[in-house]
Amino acid sequence: MRTFPIGGIHPHDNKEWSKDKEIEILELPDEAKIPMIQHIGAPSNPVVKKGDKVLAGQLIGQSTGFVSANIHASISGTVTAVDAYPNGQGQRRLMVVIKREGDEWMPEIDRTPDHKRECTLAPQEIIAKVREAGIVGLGGAQFPTHVKLSVPDGQKAEVVIINGVECEPYLTSDYRNMIERAEMILTGTEIVMRAVGVSRAVIGVENNKPDAIAHLREIIARDGYSGIEVMPLKMRYPQGGEKQLIAAVTGRQVPPPPALPISVGAVVCNVSTAIAIYEAVQKNKPLIERVVTVTGKELKSTHNYLARFGTSASRFFELAGLPEGDVKLLNGGPMMGRAVVDITAPLIKGCSGLTVLSGKEAARGEELSCIKCAKCVSACPMGLEPYLLSKLAKLQKWDMAEEHNVVECIECGCCSYTCPSYLPLLDYIRIGKQTVMSNIRARAAASNKK
Amino acid sequence: MQTRLFAAPSPHIHGGERTRQIMGDVVLALVPALLVSTYVLGWRVLMLTAVSVVSCLVFEYLIQRFLLKGRTTIGDLSAVVTGVLLAFNLPVGIPWWIVVIGALVAIGIGKMTFGGLGCNPFNPALTGRIFLLIAYPVQMTDWTTNTPDALSGSTLLANVKAGAMPLSDIDFMSMFGGHMNGSMGEIGALALILGGLYLLWRKVITWHIPVAVLGTMALFGLCVAISDGGAAMWQTPLFHILAGGALLGAIFMATDYSTSPMTHKGMLIYGVGIGAITMIIRLWGAYPEGMSFAIFIMNAATPLINKYCRPKRFGTKR
Repeated sequence: MRTFPIGGIHPHDNKEWSKDKEIEILELPDEAKIPMIQHIGAPSNPVVKKGDKVLAGQLIGQSTGFVSANIHASISGTVTAVDAYPNGQGQRRLMVVIKREGDEWMPEIDRTPDHKRECTLAPQEIIAKVREAGIVGLGGAQFPTHVKLSVPDGQKAEVVIINGVECEPYLTSDYRNMIERAEMILTGTEIVMRAVGVSRAVIGVENNKPDAIAHLREIIARDGYSGIEVMPLKMRYPQGGEKQLIAAVTGRQVPPPPALPISVGAVVCNVSTAIAIYEAVQKNKPLIERVVTVTGKELKSTHNYLARFGTSASRFFELAGLPEGDVKLLNGGPMMGRAVVDITAPLIKGCSGLTVLSGKEAARGEELSCIKCAKCVSACPMGLEPYLLSKLAKLQKWDMAEEHNVVECIECGCCSYTCPSYLPLLDYIRIGKQTVMSNIRARAAASNKK
Repeated sequence: MQTRLFAAPSPHIHGGERTRQIMGDVVLALVPALLVSTYVLGWRVLMLTAVSVVSCLVFEYLIQRFLLKGRTTIGDLSAVVTGVLLAFNLPVGIPWWIVVIGALVAIGIGKMTFGGLGCNPFNPALTGRIFLLIAYPVQMTDWTTNTPDALSGSTLLANVKAGAMPLSDIDFMSMFGGHMNGSMGEIGALALILGGLYLLWRKVITWHIPVAVLGTMALFGLCVAISDGGAAMWQTPLFHILAGGALLGAIFMATDYSTSPMTHKGMLIYGVGIGAITMIIRLWGAYPEGMSFAIFIMNAATPLINKYCRPKRFGTKR
């Protein structure tokens, strides 16, 4: 069975807590707080003001560049504020607050449940619709999808890879989508293939989800989705990392930055993103909702909700019930998710799950000294030396950290997970990576001035 | 009670493996060799091993507590590993106070001077052993109390080197079982291999260093046998792997984390170096055994090996 070439770890997948919970539609919130930045790139400009009436699906934030994304109202009602509010990490961000009145959608959105497979649009038209709909990578990276679909001149896409790996422990939103909304994923895949002009697509799924693999294959055979193949992959974290997945599926490694996946002919999309693409292109529906896993060992109940963006995190726990005492609430899963410090923070596009870890489960062990066991070196899927990068960052040796390719770190956390001395390796490496990246940008800006 | 949210950067979970567990596994892997040694050489083995372990723990505690005035880390069990390995490198007849001095050098000079666990450039147990070998050469090479057989007084390696014993006279089966002269921990080949397999299974070590060391020694032995005109073609390599400290060194001493390279490629270079230097000393040097010196020399080369043997970076050809 195929997998990525170097490093990786095998954490317990903890999927059993929520994998059999069917997708439920979360009751609409009375208020939605929608941040103007939910993507990598430039923040969007609000195009509504206090007092405006908006419909669900109406544009409220205009993208401000190529690498940026539109933002739409997720509910209908009145705009009550356009102001800065804390996001999940407690940083103040510009948000549009909508007070809900009913559930009125933009008239051009097709809300019928019929599946619409046929697509005769030209690639440019598809990309325009994806861009219009504000679609970003729903696996967590939030990278604007229209940018990925726009193959640069002189390069050629050869294969579309649909990411159904979901290697992050606990999360099951992609899994539920593959089980319950397989047709949408497959039609979305066909649309992506059409947009980038290839005849082959591979859906990569880890082999801890055999029913998803079987179901997708069954629908492919039944409905004649030609050129789409489901590839079971070995269960190993971070299999779902873009570069790792490409290597597992094609055997080709994306060269170090600034090379992009397209340099090896690959265009990668998450399964949930494929659904969003299907809805945008075939149903004129902008990205205003997604499937979110609400999970954790100590919750009263676990769920997979279809929820509108801007919904307060606290609403998800009205049924699930947060445990008492110290807990860590994560936007995402335990390996790469970000700790949420404000329970009223809104649901954003990149949030595939809200994972609750008990204080004990998320406790950090006492930090000892590095024993040079090299377990972090063996675990690093990028072939870096985490012990060294961490030390260089701690000593603020930014130039040396740059020499040792700190910017190639994908922040998967394998190094910290595996360290027997409980060193916070990734904490330091992340600081090193951010500092070096800003140094590189500063150098580029300085040389542009000259 | 209320729900309180707390925050920290990712990852939020840990694999659960701890330094203490790794050290505990190493100690456990040394138990079969300890049992064989006790069975063959008697209770004195256990006594000296206990003296060595307790001395190492006490010296580490005292130095950290009163000299460095910092946190004590004897709970990580690394001093226990050093203690057992030091004892394993000594002859069973050695006076107990020499063992205590060895422990002081191992922990005090070999480990704590450089900043404690993970910072030492040389294997602490070996530092202790080499110090004792130079300071107390008579006691360190006195094998008379070992076994009552005809060969007492010197090790197999010494006998073969002096030409006192042809290779064809060697009973390889008893070498496996523990009936050969030598330091306390190196006499039971089978028990040491068993311990090595346990460490491999627990993923404490990888195969690279032991295989590189022993493979190089075997190949070296084979070349010697060929240049001797083809006599003892299989006996020579096998003898060198089983005799002396080869197995103890290759499996337990050379694989010490702090003093061995970080990448697999580096480990192979390091292992080949140890194997070659050991054989050169054994065949042409003044000492019958060269394992300790070989590991010590390659420990010194480890930072250099680390500098030039980087891991294969994702997306590059190298």
